[in-house]
Amino acid sequence: MPTYVDPAKCDGCKGGQRTACMYVCPNDLMLLDSMSMKAFNQEPDACWECYSCVKICPQGAISVRPYADFAPLGGVCLPLRGSQQISWTVRFRNGLQKRFSFPIRTTAEDSIEPPTPLGQDVSLEDNRLSTEDVPAVAPACAAPVRAAVSDPDRQRIFRTHSPRLEDA
Amino acid sequence: MSYAQSQQQAGLPLDTPEIVEHDLDILIIGGGMGACGAAYEAVRWGDRHGLKMLMVDKAALERSGAVAQGLSAINTYLGDNSPEDYVRMVRTDLMGLVREDLIYDVGRHVDDSVHLFEDWGLPCWIKGEDGHNLDGAEARAAGKSLRKGDKPVRSGRWQIMINGESYKCIVAEAARKALGPERILERVFIVRLLTDKEHPGRIAGAVGFSVRRNEVHVFRAKAVLLAAGGAVNVYRPRSCGEGLGRAWYPVWNAGSTYAMSAQIGAEMTMMENRFVPARFKDGYGPVGAWFLLFRAKAVNALGEDYCQTNKAMLRPYEERGYARGHVVPTCLRNHMMLREMREGRGPILMDTRTALRSTFASLDEKQQKALESEAWEDFLDMCVAQANLWASTNTAPEERGSEIMPTEPYLLGSHSGCCGIWVSGPDEDWVPAEYKIRAANGKVYNRMTTIEGLFTCGDGVGASGHKFSSGSHAEGRIAGKQMVRWCVDHAGETPVPAQTPQALADMIYAPWRTFQAHKDATTDVEVNPHMLTPRHFMLRLMKCTDEYGGGVSTFYITSQAMLERGFELLDMLEEDSARLAARDLHELLRCWENYHRLWTVRLHMQHMAFREETRYPGFYYRSDHMPLDDAAWKCFVNSVHDPKSGETRLFKRPYIQLIPEATT
Repeated sequence: MPTYVDPAKCDGCKGGQRTACMYVCPNDLMLLDSMSMKAFNQEPDACWECYSCVKICPQGAISVRPYADFAPLGGVCLPLRGSQQISWTVRFRNGLQKRFSFPIRTTAEDSIEPPTPLGQDVSLEDNRLSTEDVPAVAPACAAPVRAAVSDPDRQRIFRTHSPRLEDA
Repeated sequence: MSYAQSQQQAGLPLDTPEIVEHDLDILIIGGGMGACGAAYEAVRWGDRHGLKMLMVDKAALERSGAVAQGLSAINTYLGDNSPEDYVRMVRTDLMGLVREDLIYDVGRHVDDSVHLFEDWGLPCWIKGEDGHNLDGAEARAAGKSLRKGDKPVRSGRWQIMINGESYKCIVAEAARKALGPERILERVFIVRLLTDKEHPGRIAGAVGFSVRRNEVHVFRAKAVLLAAGGAVNVYRPRSCGEGLGRAWYPVWNAGSTYAMSAQIGAEMTMMENRFVPARFKDGYGPVGAWFLLFRAKAVNALGEDYCQTNKAMLRPYEERGYARGHVVPTCLRNHMMLREMREGRGPILMDTRTALRSTFASLDEKQQKALESEAWEDFLDMCVAQANLWASTNTAPEERGSEIMPTEPYLLGSHSGCCGIWVSGPDEDWVPAEYKIRAANGKVYNRMTTIEGLFTCGDGVGASGHKFSSGSHAEGRIAGKQMVRWCVDHAGETPVPAQTPQALADMIYAPWRTFQAHKDATTDVEVNPHMLTPRHFMLRLMKCTDEYGGGVSTFYITSQAMLERGFELLDMLEEDSARLAARDLHELLRCWENYHRLWTVRLHMQHMAFREETRYPGFYYRSDHMPLDDAAWKCFVNSVHDPKSGETRLFKRPYIQLIPEATT
């Protein structure tokens, strides 16, 4: 399975309000097993390896074993994500290690201010977006040329057969 | 899996759902770049009018949509370029058939969105005074920014480099701050759009369900934005196991945008178009920076640049006025690569070694290290799986090259593809009447579909590719303002859905009842003659489209006869959709996603059957109509499904060129 959970590290997010991996997975894959209180990936072949759960796990309990149908065993990239930068350890199958750090954000997390109300001098009828100073301009050289085609009224009708899920 | 195991391993349990009803002015379906742009703009214009709005995301906003993982570049930032030239580039890449009004409109607004991203904290690279690159943090520290006019680091004419691991988190935070948490509903999957009881051509809302608890949500709204991404896993992938998840586009994009709009009778356009990206093999890592930033060449097994040796293959298209100038359309680059593969001159290699080593020669050790880091960041920001594959195969890019290969087909409207919904262009004099949709009140609403009150953006807007992340956000903002305008103009009116909430809840939970009715007929829920798991449904769909609809197994070739056979099989799949079974909430999600996949890819095949030419060689071929045929097909192919009769009608719509060729 692409993401996997280390049972020795996973605490089921007992201290938190929600299970972090289950909260964040874009594809609804991570699930908390209510018996063992450990998380697992309920559909490994639908995992994009997007690393959202790996990055968010407060215990560092989630890792990745790259796709079984094409990746030889032994290599993996592991992140440590802070508020301003992310550090990666790239571990090759042959043991070689590389380390990289990249900025991820130039402002503090949660620092974006809600937008201010618009003034009275704006109109819903023009094409100006709320942060633009003036309406956008038309193309300098618009010159409509209609392409003529043969058989312009050609049609084909497809019929969909019932019953189907919607009629159930 | 044994009977006992299957019971144990079921996910969140299904039960009789509670019905939750919402009365809104604006409903935003989706949480990606387009939806976030729409939310930001709708709040700014709509709060002044006291509009009630809600964003509904099937995942968690901070990591949802196509940018969930991050990106290493923003592919649309105009800077010094003109929107007219942007239109010319998109038109050339997409073989001449695009809505130039919509593309121009994105081009003139997109930079404003990028400047907002940078203000909010997205690190954007800037060219330093010594000619070297400053990453986003260094640029900010040096007081440099795109907004001030400092020079971006371009990997191509339209692309700029960013440190984009948190791109979506930042854009989502801005949308969340604008809306406030009470106007965001996460983990609710919208299944169907609802039209008005009296006027079926008008939107009335949508219905969906929570994937966390047994709740069906019915939304009544004046205006709806449908922005649920493109379609992935609609064709059998090249991988044969777990790699099913390693789709090039996000695996959670189930074609919901196209299926739900088509189902209620919205006019669709260019659904025959698809995207087949040539990417690093298996991991599907991005190639753009390698081609454009690091100047790597792709070569065949003989070391030849196949774009040079196959130059003659472009001539038939050049003679018809295509593939001229600097841009070789993406499909035609595939067209040349596929010949190499067919004739046994593969594997095709991205020569990363020569590219890095030749650049290394002019750099000191520290600069070399920085370049290596840039190369890895390209993957780690947006496609860690490719970096994993390099690590797993001991691939250091400075030592040896990596294979590239065209993937399975994808359906989308924001990248280098243009299928989608037919929408209105701006209400401005330069836009021809044929590109405007006039509502019953006589007004034109930019980005409104042919269903009154239904808007879309990003992957949803057809015939208008190359928006990418930034353009989708800008287009969402355009739609967001127009939805507010729609609501203000229709203040006293309240559309009423045709169906009762209970009937909708029964429809959505049908796969649970099917499971309950038949689960005890066998000892294995996976093998049961009375029902179909969502996984089996998807595998059957992908095998059919692959073999008959021009997938990888036929080298993207299809024909009238192949498509007709495919339609027979898809008809039986549609019938069997009534037997889809869900044992838990997660499978109920998959049942409906896969039903959306069926509707989307069938429409794709119907459009391919109608267009009797090969417009996009390298993306797909009609073996019975191999040439590109402007005399008959320099037009859009559009379709409308009639929900009452069950008929889908395909027809031609005229293409109108608006921006003349460049004079130089």
